[in-house]
Amino acid sequence: MSARSLLVRGMLVGLAAGVLAYLFATVFGEPPVDAAIAFEDAHTTSGDHDPELVSRTIQSTIGLATAVVVYGAALGGLFALALAVAYGRLGRLPARPTALLVAAAGFVAVELAPFLTYPPNPPAVGNPETIGRRTALHFTLIAITVAAAVGATLLGRNLAARLGTWNAVLVAAGAFVAVVAAAAALLPAVNEVPADFPATVLWRFRLASLGTQLVLWTTLGLLFGALTDRSQRRARTTQPTVA
Amino acid sequence: MAEATALPTPAATLVPAPIPLRQLLPWAVFGLLLAALAIYFVGAEQGATSLIGGHWVHEFTHDGRHLLGFPCH
Repeated sequence: MSARSLLVRGMLVGLAAGVLAYLFATVFGEPPVDAAIAFEDAHTTSGDHDPELVSRTIQSTIGLATAVVVYGAALGGLFALALAVAYGRLGRLPARPTALLVAAAGFVAVELAPFLTYPPNPPAVGNPETIGRRTALHFTLIAITVAAAVGATLLGRNLAARLGTWNAVLVAAGAFVAVVAAAAALLPAVNEVPADFPATVLWRFRLASLGTQLVLWTTLGLLFGALTDRSQRRARTTQPTVA
Repeated sequence: MAEATALPTPAATLVPAPIPLRQLLPWAVFGLLLAALAIYFVGAEQGATSLIGGHWVHEFTHDGRHLLGFPCH
């Protein structure tokens, strides 16, 4: 296994994961997005609209596909780098479970923990004047949750010899939850949902957003693990002396 | 007890060998830069900050930004 081949594999698997996530987003995400835009249109006076730069048809098809697939390839590359560091350093865990574990940790740290603090919002929710502050808070929170996940992993590794694997993982997970909960409590709250915005649309939009990310990360973990396992088996049959 | 002294199968002797961090470093730098650039253009360009003028990138990636959870507008 070389870092280069893992990075390339990660980005290709990320492309595939992005395609699946795009399909999920189209089926479950676009209806609440359309409903939110209809709400937005009903609440702005007619004639007040900006000239349409990109049509809704483009936004919801090629636009959405490009965004999700490029994001998938980028995440796939980062995932591969995390896996390249983790492989062989988490006890004797082989490639497939390592990939699934890294993907699960990535989903929790990059998506789930930030989701619970600053949930994603559909169109019509969010004041354009606070976009700078909200973007800064969003990325600050992700920096904290990712740092917490890396720190918890190192903590668990150090405690494993003394406490045993099970208890070390529990302590590490507890430390992660404590840090993320503290960050969620201390960071300023953001709530810009209009009072009369339909609750069901918001709920369906947020679930669809979480589901899109879950599809992306699950595909990354499973497909990357399967491909790495296959290439290792091939290397072993052509090269019987395993180093 | 003959089985206990038999040679272990290749699968059993395979201990995952970590990739040396020194070998990983240049690829990590390259990958991080590439990913950061891609995520910036999908998630934030022409939102909080704008390198290219106008709103085209923002409008084109609009649905993706919302559904991937980035603050959009």
